[in-house]
Amino acid sequence: MIYEVSNLAIIIFVFIVGLVLGLSFYFARKTKSAASYYAAGGKIHWAVNGIAFAGDYLSAASFLGICGMIAYSGYDGFLYSIGYLAGWVVALFLVAEPLRKLGKYTFTDALDARFDSRAIKLTAAISTLIVSIFYLIPQMVGAGDLVVPLLGLPHWMGVVIVGSIVIFIVATAGMTSTTYVQFIKGALLVIFSTILTIYILNNGLTLTPNANYHKFDKIAAVVANDTVVSISDSTYVIKTTKVVDKLVFVKLEKNGSNCWYHLNKKDDVANLEEMLDITVLANGDKLYNGAPKTANKFYQVGHLSKIIVDGKEVDKTGPVGPFQFIKTIENSEIVRFSKKGFTDGTDKVTVYYQKVTSGKDVMKPGLLYKLSAAAGATFWDKLNFLSLMLALFLGTSALPHILIRYYTVPSQRAARKSTIVAIAAIGFFYVLTLYMGLGSMINGVLDVESSNMSGPLLAKSIGVGLFSIISAIAFATVLGTVSGLIVASSGAIAHDFIDKYLKVEMTDHGKVKAGKIAAFCVGIFAIVLGILFKGMNVSFLVGLAFAVAASANLPAILFLLFWKKTTAKGIASSIIVGIISSIGIILFSPTMWEKYGLIPKDAPIPLDNPGIISIPLAVLTLVIVSLMTQKDNSTKDFSK
Amino acid sequence: MLHEPTNVIETDNAAPKKAKLGVILFIVYTLIYAGFVMIGLTKPELMGMELMAGQNIAIIYGFGLIVLAIVMGFIYNYFCTKMENKMNKK
Repeated sequence: MIYEVSNLAIIIFVFIVGLVLGLSFYFARKTKSAASYYAAGGKIHWAVNGIAFAGDYLSAASFLGICGMIAYSGYDGFLYSIGYLAGWVVALFLVAEPLRKLGKYTFTDALDARFDSRAIKLTAAISTLIVSIFYLIPQMVGAGDLVVPLLGLPHWMGVVIVGSIVIFIVATAGMTSTTYVQFIKGALLVIFSTILTIYILNNGLTLTPNANYHKFDKIAAVVANDTVVSISDSTYVIKTTKVVDKLVFVKLEKNGSNCWYHLNKKDDVANLEEMLDITVLANGDKLYNGAPKTANKFYQVGHLSKIIVDGKEVDKTGPVGPFQFIKTIENSEIVRFSKKGFTDGTDKVTVYYQKVTSGKDVMKPGLLYKLSAAAGATFWDKLNFLSLMLALFLGTSALPHILIRYYTVPSQRAARKSTIVAIAAIGFFYVLTLYMGLGSMINGVLDVESSNMSGPLLAKSIGVGLFSIISAIAFATVLGTVSGLIVASSGAIAHDFIDKYLKVEMTDHGKVKAGKIAAFCVGIFAIVLGILFKGMNVSFLVGLAFAVAASANLPAILFLLFWKKTTAKGIASSIIVGIISSIGIILFSPTMWEKYGLIPKDAPIPLDNPGIISIPLAVLTLVIVSLMTQKDNSTKDFSK
Repeated sequence: MLHEPTNVIETDNAAPKKAKLGVILFIVYTLIYAGFVMIGLTKPELMGMELMAGQNIAIIYGFGLIVLAIVMGFIYNYFCTKMENKMNKK
């Protein structure tokens, strides 16, 4: 779709970015030592750190990705909210305090505290780098998606802008400025998401989302053997019929322009329903509903087709409470737009056809993850669901950029308290995601080309002011999270690898300089990846980062803390097996097969989420190798 | 800003007891979370069943898991602080 750029949006965007850069300048003057660069001197107050945790954790995946997933797949998107929050329980009850006690600057420091092992230093640094880069990709993709409507710039420009600003933030003041950027952004995100949710509830549910909402055509048709013989509107000419997975699509021509319709047969009545279609011609030109993009024929979609209140059909509800909102959607019918792709001669066609979905199906799992036999769920579908929920639960407390935040507070008690503040803020935000996602689903705001933009576009339907603020906050969201990731990555390269593993002699000033150079290199790499992965749902990508973290890092952390027989070799080999198995499964998964341009069903491993295989494999490796290398422990003194 | 002055990790006599409490609360939450996942895997149709106030099991269980994490966090902090104050007296 075409986005109109507003001056207000640009002003608010520039203000927020200016605020972030100003903070970096302010703290840059105070960042002289390695302790202040990597861990903010360990002097951040627990309340500030708690909200900064939320700012760090509520990344593009949470605000852009989850809202988008709920808007397109209902409750299945909310599963991410539940899993992401549940993961904090592992962090609070098992990891927070002991890790604070063991570590200095990085996650590797904590893992290696008992052993002083070169193998742990190397493998943990590699793992930190890989997990952070997996996490960086979706943030950069989200940043690119945001600048398109906000500033009217192409996707790649957004990625470059975020990359450049973040390199500047991290390279100037490290963890201190990163902390305050995350604190401000975390607080703003929760406040403005609350405002957006209040607006959704106050607006209620309506059959006509807005005055400009496109009324989709419906043409009566006569059908014989899945072929349209004639239609009621004689101004159209029937050109072609395509059957894809039992769905019938018909190309009609009017005034020299082609567009695709979906044949809907119900109770012996056949209708051709207007769709959205994108046709890529042989010469590479793209047509949106038969016309160039500038013709503005590619509409925002998503609406209710039936609203039931107290057993009666109504046109609108007026203001509703939070539970009444959910209950009314459950009793109503929603028109979603499902995607199909096929070829028509030399043209590549993607259509988005109307799919009337019962509210009951929207408000329970099943639209994205097939779970019931009735929906045709296979063993692998169920395993995928289990694997996702396992990775989300175990991934949070294994994310290096989250773990390093424990070293920014002065005590174990502060680490615990800041985790609780984080859980409360993040939990509240995740409840709001359900309302923002459902609000986007039914208010005619969805851009089918970018599920990530559902939340900001909902704000735009309310007013350009709120849209500008929400988008600028979302942009700051990306800045905050990417800053944290780059601090973690630069720590892995400069502190864990160069300083500790290679034992390169450096002054304190030299360590800070090495960290800044590493931050610059990782930032450039992140920009390239952000451009390459354009178009993928950011929450799905973050789900994969969680799986790699849960496989590579969590067994090592938990066994180190709770099993005395754990050895350095056990930890190092478990990290290696976790990384290789999780990434190996991802590379051979149906989603990646589609990314390679192959048929997803032909993927050698029918799993999209690797956790269910890679996590137990890493645990098994750790236990076996540790038991085989018990001699190593007998020579060490663990009394400290 | 809200900076605290020092960064000294002192001996914590309450650590073993706090760790034990953490493991117990973790197991309780994990079992409840596992219950949610198992319903989705074995009886997904149950998720759509109305439980109370017009809300289905998926909504109540999902919101419940989020709220429970917050409540358990506060409970954990209350007992940990109490143990620290009692066992770390100088």
